[in-house]
Amino acid sequence: MREEISDMSEDDETGERARWAPDLSKNRSDDSDSGPGPPIGDSPPPFSDQVLENVLENVLEFLTSRRDRNAASAVCRSWYRAEAQTRRELFIGNCYAVAPHRAVERFQSIKSVVLKGKPRFADFNLVPFGWGAQFEPWVKSFGAAYRHLERICLKRMSVTDKDLTIIAESFPLFKDLTLICCEGFSTLGLAVIAERCRHLRVLDLIEDYLEDEDDEVVDWISRFPETTTSLESLVFDCVTCPFNFDALECLVARSPSLQRLRVNHHVALEQLRRLMASAPQLTHLGTGTFRSEVGFGEVDPNLDLVSAFGASRSLVCLSGFREIEPEFLPAIYPVCANLTSLNFSFANLTAEELNPVIRQCHNLQTFWVLDSVGDEGLRAVAESCQDLRELRVFPLDPTEDSDSSVSDIGLQFISEGCRKLRSILYFCQRMTNAAVVAMSKNCPDLVVFRLCIMGRHLPDRITGEPMDAGFRAIVMNCKKLTRLSVSGLLTDKAFEYIGCYGKLIRTLSVAFAGDSDGGLRYVLEGCTRLQKLEIRDSPFGDASLISGLPFYYNMRFLWMSSCNLSMRGCKEVARNKPNLVVEVIRDAVEEEEEEIEAVEKLYLYRSLAGARTDVPAFVKIL
Amino acid sequence: MSVETERSSTESEVSGLDYEETALTLRLPGGTSRVAGSEPDRKRGFSETVELGLGSGAPVGTRGVGSTDDQSDESPESQASVAEKPPAPKARVVGWPPVRSFRKNVMKSCKLVKVAVDGAPYLRKVDLEAYTGYHQLLTALQEMFSCFTLRNYPDEERKLVDPVNGTEYVPTYEDKEGDWMLVGDVPWKMFVESCKRVRLMKSSEAVNLAPRAQHS
Repeated sequence: MREEISDMSEDDETGERARWAPDLSKNRSDDSDSGPGPPIGDSPPPFSDQVLENVLENVLEFLTSRRDRNAASAVCRSWYRAEAQTRRELFIGNCYAVAPHRAVERFQSIKSVVLKGKPRFADFNLVPFGWGAQFEPWVKSFGAAYRHLERICLKRMSVTDKDLTIIAESFPLFKDLTLICCEGFSTLGLAVIAERCRHLRVLDLIEDYLEDEDDEVVDWISRFPETTTSLESLVFDCVTCPFNFDALECLVARSPSLQRLRVNHHVALEQLRRLMASAPQLTHLGTGTFRSEVGFGEVDPNLDLVSAFGASRSLVCLSGFREIEPEFLPAIYPVCANLTSLNFSFANLTAEELNPVIRQCHNLQTFWVLDSVGDEGLRAVAESCQDLRELRVFPLDPTEDSDSSVSDIGLQFISEGCRKLRSILYFCQRMTNAAVVAMSKNCPDLVVFRLCIMGRHLPDRITGEPMDAGFRAIVMNCKKLTRLSVSGLLTDKAFEYIGCYGKLIRTLSVAFAGDSDGGLRYVLEGCTRLQKLEIRDSPFGDASLISGLPFYYNMRFLWMSSCNLSMRGCKEVARNKPNLVVEVIRDAVEEEEEEIEAVEKLYLYRSLAGARTDVPAFVKIL
Repeated sequence: MSVETERSSTESEVSGLDYEETALTLRLPGGTSRVAGSEPDRKRGFSETVELGLGSGAPVGTRGVGSTDDQSDESPESQASVAEKPPAPKARVVGWPPVRSFRKNVMKSCKLVKVAVDGAPYLRKVDLEAYTGYHQLLTALQEMFSCFTLRNYPDEERKLVDPVNGTEYVPTYEDKEGDWMLVGDVPWKMFVESCKRVRLMKSSEAVNLAPRAQHS
């Protein structure tokens, strides 16, 4: 799991606040409200000021937090310049919020880039293919400007093999490539990276979708240089293509710094054992398929596996466990006590199979699991993992009417046992307000609360009431809450509570909830720190959309799909807020040219760049 | 464009909105003096929105401005929820529950294998996990390569026959060890696990395949 980047979400405890940067689009040099403009055509400052600026630059080198840097840059011109010179990490939360050339003009010595593209609902097929978020214009700008770029981290971007080639060709010091939920590239591009980035330390491919025809697969693993590598992290479980295992084994053997390795499902246990033998220093291991390749009656590899895990004294994080054969689970016992992170979310385990493992994981802080373990399995977790900070319970069968064996009972167990919980994602079919209230009281440190009751509009399973009371307790009692996802039957009351108490909430996800415009209005008016709001299938209309006009510049984006919006309302928003890009997205290009009044999908976001020029036919920018 | 400062808390004002004020119309929420008066310190709030001059007084119409009506296939449940009735039959909705495709695909462990037919210039792909047994698979193959009809022989041998020229085809598959076997020899689940690809081989060429396992 990506603990290091913490999901690339800013929902961390440092309380990063995305602040609206000074408006650089106009040379309003005297407008102190918006901060200093770019020093275009300035004459150089007097000598003493230059000295001060140099001193300042030295000081600002130590400033790393985005928020602090943005604040510093707004003090005055001199500070603006000094900050721009000394910024090393560029974070762009929405690739369309600013044009590449402007970023590159302002910040000239960037070593690390974090760039995010599509809205999160793209993960659930709500954004049609080809919507945008191409990395190409960015990589071209970076390639020309940032000779010393070392790190690129992309989330939900469209990345081609050509883009990867440009990376390999443009940045001689390139070290870290992390791609999360990206698409558009193939093993060909990976081969180029492997071959040409001689200082590569990190190649993390996380939940990407690769384009690969079976007969065009390139064995990219074999393309790493034959010499000792500086690889520290190699994560490729999402690369579904087969590869040459011997090449991987050799690669691991000649990568003495390798600490994190997550392989794909083409690696079975026998091969895993070999890899572990080559790399006993691993701290993070993602197994492939957790079953034996050999058939019945062959040599039992279990013994060797036990000693392999026994020899891995440094393992703190385990994941993978695909197609698990539970009889091999005891092999991991030697490392359980050291584990801080365990991902069983691809392992179809029962409570009985989970129990002996989890009982030994006293130090676990992060645990991902499938609901196949049921409430009983969660009880074992609660009793064993007192230090748990993050829990995610995924559905084995991710359909609405599936039989999920976790419920309010499991949530209650967790709340009672894992008092230090900070982040929870919980899929279930049945829930009660009482359990949610209990969690709000027992786990006051919660920063992230995401509850997904899979059946739409389901009320409290015992009282039959809406789930308003549960979420009210969460926003009231969890005073550090910054991210919230709601579900179940919810009236406008729930949103009234969220607006009233959810003052630190930055990210809110709403689906199939609310009664009327009032619901959305409560949130827009009340949640003063709201940055990201995504709503689907809820009865919010133009009036509520318009009520948010004063606040949209303070937010990164608003997504609304299958609500009650019309073109009239959306056009009003666009007309009134020139620095908002208002996109109306259709599912397919219909034959009729005339406008449909109803808006199926709305995506609006603040931007310095204005309307983007790469819109596909199914997107209209108002 | 000015930087919006943090909004002042408006708790009492928010809860002071009653249902009528929030009813769905094109008329602005600030339309009545009561509401406008209760939020005097709002920066660029209602004063801004009032200038929009949206109010034609006409209601938006039935909820959804036709959106839910038009998209009845996509989201029947939003229509139902708007009417505040319990949802009827659960039509599948796009992207719900919100589980990423990556995860769904891993759990599905879809077993896509290529199917080749001797003499045909194209390949097809089938998902073995979509079938529960050999008969289903062969029926599907028959439909796929529509020129064949399924012929059952008394000893459970199955062949596909091209009615045009009478050529018989035998379904074969390549297993994990690279051996070509006759389809139907091993239990279905074992077949799904070990099958890498399928080839409909002309009977005349199938003589060199691994001998059939003896039925015990």
